[in-house]
Amino acid sequence: MSGARSTTPILETKALTRAFGGLVAVDHLDLSVHPGEIVGLLGPNGSGKTTALNLISGLLRPDSGAIRFDGYDIAGAAAYRIARLGIARTFQLVRVLDGMTCLDNVKAGLAFHHPPLPHGEIETRARTLLQRVGLERHVQRAVSQMTYIDRKRLELARALALAPKLLLLDEWLAGLNPSELQTGISLIRSLKDDGLPILLVEHVMDAIRSLCDRCVVMNSGRKIAEGTVHDVLADPAVIEAYLGAPAHA
Amino acid sequence: MTNAILTGLMLGGMYALVAMGLTLQYGVARIMNLSYGEFLVAAAFAAHWLFTAWALSPFVGLAFVIPVSFGVSYAIYRILLTPLVRRAPNRDALEVDSILATFGLMFVVQGILLTVFGGAYYSYSFLAVPITVLGETLALNRMVALALAVIAGSALYLALTRTRIGTAIRAVAVDPSSARLVAIDVTQMSALAFALGGAMVAAAGVLVSMFLTFSATTGVVFTMKALIVVVMGGIGNLLGCLIAGLALGLSEALVATYVDPGLTLAVNYALFLGVLLIKPAGLFGRAQR
Amino acid sequence: MIGAPVAIPLALAAVAGLAAVPFVVDAYYLALAISLLQFTVLSTAWGLFSGPTRYISLATAAFFGIGAYTVAVLGELLPWPLVLAIAGIIGVLTAAVVGFSTLRLSGVYFVIFTFGLAELIRQLVVWYEVNKSRVLGRYVFADITQTDIYWQLLALAVVTFVIGWAIARSRLGFALRIIGEDETVAQHCGINTTVAKVALFTVSATIMTIAGAIMAPRWTYIEPSIAFNAMISFQVVIMALLGGAHRLWGPVLGAIPMTLLFEFLSARFPSTFTIIMGVVFLLIVYALPRGVIGLLQRLANRPTKRSEAIS
Repeated sequence: MSGARSTTPILETKALTRAFGGLVAVDHLDLSVHPGEIVGLLGPNGSGKTTALNLISGLLRPDSGAIRFDGYDIAGAAAYRIARLGIARTFQLVRVLDGMTCLDNVKAGLAFHHPPLPHGEIETRARTLLQRVGLERHVQRAVSQMTYIDRKRLELARALALAPKLLLLDEWLAGLNPSELQTGISLIRSLKDDGLPILLVEHVMDAIRSLCDRCVVMNSGRKIAEGTVHDVLADPAVIEAYLGAPAHA
Repeated sequence: MTNAILTGLMLGGMYALVAMGLTLQYGVARIMNLSYGEFLVAAAFAAHWLFTAWALSPFVGLAFVIPVSFGVSYAIYRILLTPLVRRAPNRDALEVDSILATFGLMFVVQGILLTVFGGAYYSYSFLAVPITVLGETLALNRMVALALAVIAGSALYLALTRTRIGTAIRAVAVDPSSARLVAIDVTQMSALAFALGGAMVAAAGVLVSMFLTFSATTGVVFTMKALIVVVMGGIGNLLGCLIAGLALGLSEALVATYVDPGLTLAVNYALFLGVLLIKPAGLFGRAQR
Repeated sequence: MIGAPVAIPLALAAVAGLAAVPFVVDAYYLALAISLLQFTVLSTAWGLFSGPTRYISLATAAFFGIGAYTVAVLGELLPWPLVLAIAGIIGVLTAAVVGFSTLRLSGVYFVIFTFGLAELIRQLVVWYEVNKSRVLGRYVFADITQTDIYWQLLALAVVTFVIGWAIARSRLGFALRIIGEDETVAQHCGINTTVAKVALFTVSATIMTIAGAIMAPRWTYIEPSIAFNAMISFQVVIMALLGGAHRLWGPVLGAIPMTLLFEFLSARFPSTFTIIMGVVFLLIVYALPRGVIGLLQRLANRPTKRSEAIS
């Protein structure tokens, strides 16, 4: 389990902080993701997990702290620059482009590479990605008529279209029924097998246990635990954060 | 220099007064009211008519104009703007729709004023008494207008912070969906805020009619300045409104005195852009990113 | 809709037909045709930017005025094509400055800024003229006939539609569609949304500037208040919204009836002109939020939706 830790992290945050008025949403967060691993970012609601992702993807600027990705300093950089450097994400409330077809939604992630991909390449890659996420029958479908899980898959396809070096998933497995959940988990595991490091914000315990190599637990903006899934879930501080009372009381 | 500063402060106070109503309309009801200035001018015409035809002082005129404009604004929100509120999928779409609708309203109101009063400039003289302050001569009517502006602003501030309805209105300005969750009738509060804004701009119109020359077409400039003040001060923020208004008035007076009186709008825009480039949410606004 | 092999000859025939108009109509109808072309160009250029990005620009008068006033200043000093080019360049620079300053912020700030832009530029021009060049109001001496104006506008109209068509098929057009749907997603796809918006705004504004320059010889005497008349901003918005700004061919559907209506109204009811415009505008906003084109699309889509729902 220590193999991943001997390499340099592809993503590293140091003392990352962001406040909204009086509320410190992310408080001096130190977090790292190494190549080839899936890191779970856990914590009760309101602990700052999504804000942390937003700071990393460029949707928000940090008040202080550093974020290093693939050798670059990206804290406070514009979202489009961070996307071009190789970070892709999904959103907690699925954001797909309703007025466009599925294929166009995926092409959105392909059309703005530097250097630009040729037309034929964009077309083939888009279809391959739709197939990858299981939407091959929906190629020309209008997005507004799709089911929730299909919209999530589409958003994932668009994220993968960026050919990212790091994937941020914000509760991607939420709201799925048991069979959809299993399909989703296998899909994410296949991404890891292809070598894509993933930072996963999740609540679904099955997913966390089967996917995450390591976990970081947040509460009220601060990191309260870090380690393997087993260690972290047995940590009394984590139990207290989730359940609100000491385990032995 | 003292003259420029005093003139600037009084001008700024007037701008703040004019803009307070708009910060309510935009900050709470999310209506970007491009016809705002037309209501100010309409109130000015009303005050003029009351003074010249009925010999009623503008202060008495206020007693008529304020309730009427409150009612008219309320009706406008309920009849004209509520369908847009219902139709808009989110706050941003409502903003765009409201810009377009009030744009059309601006034409209608301006057209009515043009038809009734023509394009001529109107003014009347009331309390145009020179008073000496700090060695400078100022007009009494402007000082009274400023004093009333301060009173109106303070009254509004107290109403918003000390009463239940005021707190409900502020809640809607901050987060309408959460406000609904605590049993605040958002539509009613928005209508109330819009009507209150309409009453305030009418009061401003009556007050400035004492010393400004106006015509049916001067509404647009007032709207522009009010918009600049509201956005510069941070939307929905009364104190920001005051500070931004004063900043605007001071910069205008200083440029008019030391550079050129013909560049006032350029100064306004330069200040506006400058503030927005440094603090995109306005001086006191809440951060977007 | 129609395949290229049919559309292109049709379009060429239409353009040829329009080009022949000055030979068959009298001066009054030629003037009307010029008005129609002017508003077609302006509203289509407006729709080029405000359609995909959904930013409402009230700056048409500012750019139109820049073009017209450049001709007033340089018309007799330089050859005509050079004057047009200079007007265009000034338009590009102004649009870039305005765009980079305001398009990074939300749409509302952009509207507010463009609302006063014509007035601001007018004030600056007046200040400069009064203090530096000591001239207020200039005579336009350019050896341009009505027919020349008509043909230049026709050429500009064709260029505008070609540009619109080319952008829609390009990466920029795709980026703008995405931005119009969800700007955050656009940014997370690696799109520099500010540059995209500014580029499009500049194209749109430059077309308006050149239109203003072409139209300038119609007035023999131009003052800043004539060149920078805010009414034109409002008229163009009404026309584009009536036709439907989200399609290239939408604004022209609004420009033609509205221009005729304005001609009729300003002749018959000069005093109530403003009120009627306001009412028409309100009707458009409430009844036709996506314009005539949106209405046609809704009518066309209804049978398809039903059959899809059943299957």
